[in-house]
Order: sequence, then C-alpha cells, then structure tokens
Amino acid sequence: MMAEINTSTQERATPSVSLAGLRSGEATQNEARPEAKLEIRDLNFYYGGFHALKGIDMQIPAGKVTAFIGPSGCGKSTLLRAFNRIYELYPNQRAEGEILMDGRNILSPKVDKNLLRAKVGMVFQTPTPFPMSIYDNIAFGVRLYEKLSRRQMDERVEWSLRKAALWDEVKSKLRQSGTGLSGGQQQRLCIARAIAVKPEVLLLDEPTSALDPISTGFIEELVHELKQDYTIVMVTHNMQQAARVSDYTAFMYLGQLVEFNDTDTVFTNPAKKQTEDYITGRYG
Amino acid sequence: MQANLHGEAFPADRTAAGISHAVQGPTLNRQHSVADFLFANATRIAAVTVLVVLLGIMISLAVGSIPAFREFGLSFAWTEVWNPVTQEFGALAPIYGTLVTSLIAMIIAVPVSFGIALFITELSPGFLRRPLGIAIELLAGIPSIIYGMWGLFVFAPWFGENVQPWVTEHLGNWPVIGGLFDGPPLGIGMFTAGLILAIMVIPFISAVMRDVFEVVPPVLKESSYAVGATTWEVVRNIVLPYTKVGIVGGVMLGLGRALGETMAVTFVIGNAHRIDPSLFMPGTTISATLANEFAEADAGIYTSSLFALGLILFLLTFIVLVLAKLLLLRLQRGEGKSA
Repeated sequence: MMAEINTSTQERATPSVSLAGLRSGEATQNEARPEAKLEIRDLNFYYGGFHALKGIDMQIPAGKVTAFIGPSGCGKSTLLRAFNRIYELYPNQRAEGEILMDGRNILSPKVDKNLLRAKVGMVFQTPTPFPMSIYDNIAFGVRLYEKLSRRQMDERVEWSLRKAALWDEVKSKLRQSGTGLSGGQQQRLCIARAIAVKPEVLLLDEPTSALDPISTGFIEELVHELKQDYTIVMVTHNMQQAARVSDYTAFMYLGQLVEFNDTDTVFTNPAKKQTEDYITGRYG
Repeated sequence: MQANLHGEAFPADRTAAGISHAVQGPTLNRQHSVADFLFANATRIAAVTVLVVLLGIMISLAVGSIPAFREFGLSFAWTEVWNPVTQEFGALAPIYGTLVTSLIAMIIAVPVSFGIALFITELSPGFLRRPLGIAIELLAGIPSIIYGMWGLFVFAPWFGENVQPWVTEHLGNWPVIGGLFDGPPLGIGMFTAGLILAIMVIPFISAVMRDVFEVVPPVLKESSYAVGATTWEVVRNIVLPYTKVGIVGGVMLGLGRALGETMAVTFVIGNAHRIDPSLFMPGTTISATLANEFAEADAGIYTSSLFALGLILFLLTFIVLVLAKLLLLRLQRGEGKSA
C-alpha cells in the first residue's frame, strides 16, 4: 500500500516539475516515457545495521539508458547491486521492498538468483577478465545456460565480440589469455561477456572509471549502440558522461532518490536545489 | 659543502648547523656501515646455517648408510626381508608402507580439506567462519602422539569391531579391490594409519587452501556470479584455476608431512615388516621402523640399515618436492600456452 502511494506521488511530482520547465515539449516527453523494465517499490537496503537505501521508488524505462549520479556513498552502486541480487554473496547485506522486472518481484526468494543474473548482466568498475582465454571468457557464461554446438558457440562469441566492438582487435588471438589485453579491451571483453548470455538488462557500475579517455569514448559509444537491444542502467561519477550517454538520470544523495527525470531536464532544469548544486559543482 | 647541497634557499644562520652536521657526518656514516656490515653478516650466517645443517644431515645419513649398501648393494631398496637375527635387511616393506599410507591419507584428506576450505570461504554464514578457522588451527596444534594414542586406544578397537567386518563382508569378495579389504578385523593396520594421517594433514591442507581461496579478488568472483554461475561453477572455473599453484603447494605440504609422520603411525600401523595386499593388515613405514628399532639396533649392519632407510626417506620427500615443483612449472607453462 505504502509503496503504491509513494510511487504515485513520485509520478505526480515528475510532470509537474517538468511543466515548470521553460522548454516546451518536456511534459509530453515524460508522458511518453516508455514502459518500465524495472519498477522499484519502497526499497530499503542495509549493510548490517547501516541503512544505505531509504525507501527508493522509481521506474527504470525499458530500452533506454538510465544513469545514477551522486556523491560517493550515496547508494547508487548499492541500488545497482540490488538489481541482480549480487549483494546476497555477502551475508550481512539485505534488501527489503520490491523490485519488479516485467511485473515479477525479483527479490522474492522464489526467483532463482542465478537465472536472474543471466537475465541481468553486470559490468564492474575494474575490468575482470577470467583467468582463461578470450574465447572461454565469452563462452563461460553461455555454456552455463545453453547447449550450443561448436559452430553456434563460435558464432555467439563472434557476435558478442562484434557487439562490444572488440572483434577486429582480438579475432586473431581468441585462444590467448584475456588477462593479456589492455584495460580498455578488457572492459569491452567484460561487456561482450555480459551480452553473450543475451540478458535483458545490463548494469554498468562505473564502467569507465579505470579507463583512459579514448577507451572511455569507445565504451560510451558502445552504450549508445547497445541500448537498441537492452535496458541499460549505469552508475557514474562523471556527470558529463551521464549527460552524454543517458536518456534518464537519477540523482541520489544519502541513500535517497532526490530527483529522477529525463537527462535533459535534470541537467538543464533540475527541480531540486540539491540536484542543481551537485550538477553545477557547488555541492559540498 | 654541505650547505651547498641544500641549495641557496637555506638562510645563512642555518649554514653553521649544516657545517656542524658535516663534521659529525663521517662518524655517523661509519657507525651505519658497521651496523650494516654486522647485520648483513648475521643474516648471511643464518642463511648459511641452513645449508650447513642440510648438508651435514645428508652427509651423516650417507656415511651412516655406507656399510648397509656395501653389504646388500642397491638391491637393499627393493628387498622385502628384514631379519635382525640373521642380519639381513631390505627396505621394500617400509617404503611400500610409507607410500601406501601417505596415498590413503591424501585420497581422504584432499577432498575433505577442499570441502572445508570451500565451506569456510564461500558458503559458511559469517558467525561460523571464525570458530571453524580456530578449530582447524587447534587440530593442527595437537601433538602427533595424541593422535597416535587416540588412534590405538579409541579408534582402532571401534574400527575393528564395527567397520572392518562390514567392509570385509561386503567388499572383500569383489574382484580386484576385494583383496584390499581382506583379513581379520584387527583395527590397526595400513588403512587405519592412513586414516589417522589424513586427520593429521587435513588442518594443514585446508588452512593453505582457505588462505589461497581468500586471495581471489572478490570482484572476480562477483563477475562470475554476475553471469549466472552457481557457487560450484564459480569455484571450478574461476577459483580453482586462479589458485591452482597454492592448492598444489598445500597438497604437497600435507604429503610431505604424511610421508615423514612417525609417532601416530607407529602406534596404529602394527609394525610388521611385510607387504600384504590387504590394507587391513599390519605393515610398517620408514619412520615407524626407525622409531621402533633404533634403541635395540646393535652397532654395525643393523644401525647402518636404519641409516639407509633414513636416507631413502630423505630422498623420497626430496623427490616429492621436486615433482611438486615440476608440476607447478607445467601448470604455469600450460597457462603460458593459452596466454
């Protein structure tokens, strides 16, 4: 009950803010917000006794890029890590509330978390190639859920490496170790690995923070390409990046969702003073 | 001079201080170099001591065993007879016993240790981790003679009464492996010795395995869980390849200990100088023979034979170490091929 009320206030609040905006057409943009892929209802998250997320309600639109921004420790990575329940690896972390993916609560213990993780891919801050060949890095996840013939697997590996814009650089050395690639290549390998299992949602946790500007550019382009097929949620420290690649931006502060709107509105005409301060660098 | 080194930014009145330092400088330097000299040589002596002790042991073993090898030739190593009355000695039975008990120990201990380490690092709820870790360390700290006593007075009678008859009845007439479980239920014997050894080496192997599992970067594990892998899939495909060197090291540490363990084995193996196909029959190991017979051995060929046994044990553990190193090299080369 509580959750529904919260959601509706959120929804009511959003258009009214946009209407206050100077640019016309924003209200219609909001109303045309695509169907939600992930719907978060009154999500609370705890690290032991520490209350890290406080009553988050939001809807992540399907087929778009949503960026979470906010100062360190605001809970944006925590929120991301709830979407594939990766936090469950750590016994003292727990989430309360609901996250609906296509209408089904993925936090329910009835949902198989391994299957969920196959549907919700994740790429981490530091590139994490597995200690195996480039080919096996990609095939690893695929083999877990699909029985493919050798030829089909070859095709899948090529497909995902092409998607991740890495194929041309590695096609001659698929049997070499993935750990021998450069940082940027490793990160694209990780993205290829994540999309090889054909997930529906792709979570990117500060995917470029360990990379040089050129590799960062590559990855940003890639995110742009990939949103045709996936719902992408990314955490970033870099506001320019959020502005460049995302369709929607959520600003979080101290475990709360302060503002969530389409990226243009958040960056040009934020509704909240806190958001404006953070974006203009006056945060502090 | 000193002041120049510091540059001209120094105020003039500091220059005096600089000079006074310069006057003291050489003395300080010399003291340093003396301390350095002493320290370097102290460590060098400590390092050389290792070599001296090692060489000394090898030489004394070799010298001590010369009469035995002169008498029996190299066939000492593959002769089964061991008869102090007729002064005929051969090392085959103790070598066989040493290898078989250690093999039994490893077959039991490696999977169990793997399970323990895995449970502690990957699966156990937080509140159990520390108690389990401490329990393993305590198990490692129990003196081996306690294991021996427990094995002889508690475990062996129970094993002989409750387990052995059942095993002999059900497995004893199987083809091939049946012979391994034949014979009267004595409780003591090769199998019991192997089992006690397994209990003794489990803490070592599992402690090493736990430590190497813990160095796997969490983000690497997270990213393999993130493609939907189960715990077992993560362990088999990520944790094991990442930690294989450490695991082989831990297993070899355990094997080295099992090969050389004396007291506990002496208690439960039965100390019979013969090779019996059944694991339930008494046997002996090199270290058990040495412990049992040194006191009663008269000087001459008997003592020299014991020395020769010692030398063989020394070589055996050395070979295990070399094999371990070679195995690690091959593993690394395999990795290099794919790299």
